[in-house]
Amino acid sequence: MIRVLVAILVRELRLAARIGAGVELGIMFFLILISVMPFALGPDQKLLSRLAPAILWIAALLATLLGLDRLLQADEEDGVIDEMLLSACPLEVIVFAKALAHWLVTGLPLALLAPLLGVMLAIAPAAMLPLALALLIGTPALTFIGLIGAALTVTLRRGGLLLSVLVMPLTVPTLIFGVAVVREAAEGRSFATPLSLLTGISLIALVVSPIAAAAALRLTRG
Amino acid sequence: MNEQPAPRSDGLAAAFWSLANPGRFMQYSAAMLPWLAAITAALMAYGLYKGIFVAPADYQQGESMRIMYIHVPAAWMAMGVYSMMTLSALGTLVWRHPLADVSQKAAAPIGATFTALCLMTGSLWGKPTWGTWWEWDARMTSVLVLLLIYFGIIALWRAIDEPLRAARAVAIMTLVGAVNLPIIKFSVDWWNTLHQPASVFRRGGPTIHPAMLEPLLVMGLAFALLFGCLQIVRMQAEIINRRADRLALRQATGEA
Repeated sequence: MIRVLVAILVRELRLAARIGAGVELGIMFFLILISVMPFALGPDQKLLSRLAPAILWIAALLATLLGLDRLLQADEEDGVIDEMLLSACPLEVIVFAKALAHWLVTGLPLALLAPLLGVMLAIAPAAMLPLALALLIGTPALTFIGLIGAALTVTLRRGGLLLSVLVMPLTVPTLIFGVAVVREAAEGRSFATPLSLLTGISLIALVVSPIAAAAALRLTRG
Repeated sequence: MNEQPAPRSDGLAAAFWSLANPGRFMQYSAAMLPWLAAITAALMAYGLYKGIFVAPADYQQGESMRIMYIHVPAAWMAMGVYSMMTLSALGTLVWRHPLADVSQKAAAPIGATFTALCLMTGSLWGKPTWGTWWEWDARMTSVLVLLLIYFGIIALWRAIDEPLRAARAVAIMTLVGAVNLPIIKFSVDWWNTLHQPASVFRRGGPTIHPAMLEPLLVMGLAFALLFGCLQIVRMQAEIINRRADRLALRQATGEA
């Protein structure tokens, strides 16, 4: 089972790199999004530093949602999902591996880059590490909640928009606590409570979403 | 997921499964509907009369608090309908009850309407009492999220053509969205917010005056029955729709 998991992970990452949707593209996306913000909001440092956590979290949400509709659809179109259903390895593990790969090229680079992007958005130095930590812990929740939407819309020709409509309401708690971590840290207070809640959400999503997504794939296709 | 039919020994389960026959459901529900509608209308008239003319005005909020008799029952139904849909989702996925997905599909727009009604009356009530139409407070935000989940579910129904597949997809989405229900219920206790904490269903009994409580409960019952009526009508329409689809399909494929 671990072997299958690793094999799928490697396959996904290789695929992402070869179709030009690897880590570099994710990083470019964030850079551009962050650079556009000061033009839209005006270069006021104080305003930017207040909005920065929200901007970075929205960037994470967008980056996660943008690629998600292809996460399972590409495999649906060339029949790989059918093989996954027949595989001896539980479907839950397979979709878990796929979501993990998706996170590795979207959520992880954002979390690692957050301190750099944070400087551009004038985040308080004290909040820099908490920001990176919150993104590191919270972005898996976004990806895995999104995985459910991806599985539900897998057979739809144009599922991207519907996927966002389905998934975004469910990501609200993640955003609330993710932004709360940075806000508390920037004001010099302890951010243990929102960080624990964020961790809890992520852990629940990691467990529940592969089960729900696998059920969706089994039940809603043909 | 096992496909064995549920045991049909005791009375309740037997009734539950005898209704699995859409024909029998149509028969029973058609007989029930006029009575249900009459009781609903009577209760609603009585509740509104009591609420608007008989119940005392609030000593602080004055007459504006009478909107409570719409707002609170709508809020109860917003969550009640979603709970019912969650049960129906289990009915679709676990028990494979043939009417479960019909009930789920029928309920979603009704639930969304109750939720929208709750938000709108809340907004109208908020302006004179809190001085604001809208505040991003925990209770309001979580009810808004509930409305968005309803919209997502309705959109998912429309996106998938085949009823059975749509039903299963929606059932999974409904179960996932059900995490929001406890968040709404306890949001006023967990976060110290603008919205007042529970005053009817709370430990230690209601804090609301009996003269106000009575019309409120009557209205709650009336709203629940109203949902029952609308649900029956919509389920009947859905069943008839599906029959028509099947007939059209049969005609198109040339079967007798």
